[in-house]
Amino acid sequence: MFNTFWMILKRDLKLALRRRSEIFTVLFFFIIVVSLFPLGVGFNEAMLQQIAPGVAWIAALLASMLALERLFANDYVDGTLEQMLLTPQPLSMLVLAKMTAHWLLTGLPLVLVAPVVGILYHLEAETIVTMMFMLLLGTPILSMIGAIGAALTLGLRGGGVLISLLILPLYIPVLVYGSGAITESTLQSGNIEPHILLLSAFLLLSLIFSPWATASALKISLE
Amino acid sequence: MSLTVSNLQCTRGDRQLFSGLNLQLSAKQLLFLEGRNGSGKTTLIRTLCALFVADKGDILWQGQSIEEHLETYHNSLFYLGHLNAIKGDLTALENLRFNHTMSGQDCSDDELLDALERIGLFGYEDYPTRQLSQGQKRRVALARLIVNKSPLWILDEPFVALDIAAVELLQQIISQHIETGGMAIITTHQAVPLTEGKVQHLNLDDYAATSGMESYV
Repeated sequence: MFNTFWMILKRDLKLALRRRSEIFTVLFFFIIVVSLFPLGVGFNEAMLQQIAPGVAWIAALLASMLALERLFANDYVDGTLEQMLLTPQPLSMLVLAKMTAHWLLTGLPLVLVAPVVGILYHLEAETIVTMMFMLLLGTPILSMIGAIGAALTLGLRGGGVLISLLILPLYIPVLVYGSGAITESTLQSGNIEPHILLLSAFLLLSLIFSPWATASALKISLE
Repeated sequence: MSLTVSNLQCTRGDRQLFSGLNLQLSAKQLLFLEGRNGSGKTTLIRTLCALFVADKGDILWQGQSIEEHLETYHNSLFYLGHLNAIKGDLTALENLRFNHTMSGQDCSDDELLDALERIGLFGYEDYPTRQLSQGQKRRVALARLIVNKSPLWILDEPFVALDIAAVELLQQIISQHIETGGMAIITTHQAVPLTEGKVQHLNLDDYAATSGMESYV
């Protein structure tokens, strides 16, 4: 079972490395959105520090949506997905491998590039560390919930727009707790622990339910 | 080993494709699935793979319902449809290795290379498959048949896009599979000569719903 998990993970990473543009699209989209805000709202240091958490998270939500449509689409078109449904392994395990690959390619780079946002928005080192940690906790949730939407809209015309409408409302808890923690960490009396606990709970919840929900959605889409 | 289908009925959208379909397939048997275009050959094949849910009827593998014992059934099943399930960015060998491992069977790289050589792709193992022709891509997909050990093969139009040499080779591979105790269901108009074993023909037009037929006559 774990053998197939590694096979899919390795194959998806290998495919992505042979088409690097797709990884960079997501990363540069994130960087550009984040750097547009200071140009639009001005360079007031206090204000930038105040909006930084929200801007970083909204940019991360949108960036992770960019590659969602392709998560299953290529495998669907060339028949690989059909073959995955016919393997003796549980489909949710295979789906989890694809989610992991999606996170490694779109979520992890955002975590690593977060210090750039910090510098751009005059954040303190401590806040930057909190931001990276919250992104590390939150971005896997984005990939996992996003996969459900990608599976549900598979093969539909205009599926890309539909994914956003389905998935963005579900991203709200991640946005609230994720940016909330970063804001708290800038305050003297701030306490980020509740945010971390709630986001972790949300992560565990989606880890349990999203592979199963995505697998069910894929079965319906392929019928 | 046996596959039993009884009283199967399938509907696609509003149109009933066939009803009251029965078939029985045991070891060393080959079933040709025939019927005009749109008679539901692909739907029947997808139903037999448990990719599509029938309205009515039972499909039993070794006497057990395939839905209740899905893992056992998928372990004994090899399916190849119209789509090749290969990635243009991966080489022929990488594609074969991935697809073969996915079906839960182990195989050394040497065996995989032998399979590619036998299917006529010697020298093409390390090319990205997007550089190969349609027929060669189909051969990459069909190379899985050589290494596959599942008893039941379900092949939807396997001869499409192949040249004469490849058609002959595929006929050999299929008849070898049947002779060594396997079974296969194939939709095609190409005859597969067998030296032993039994060939069945099933024409879906015989099971077509009467109400749907009238508009075509």
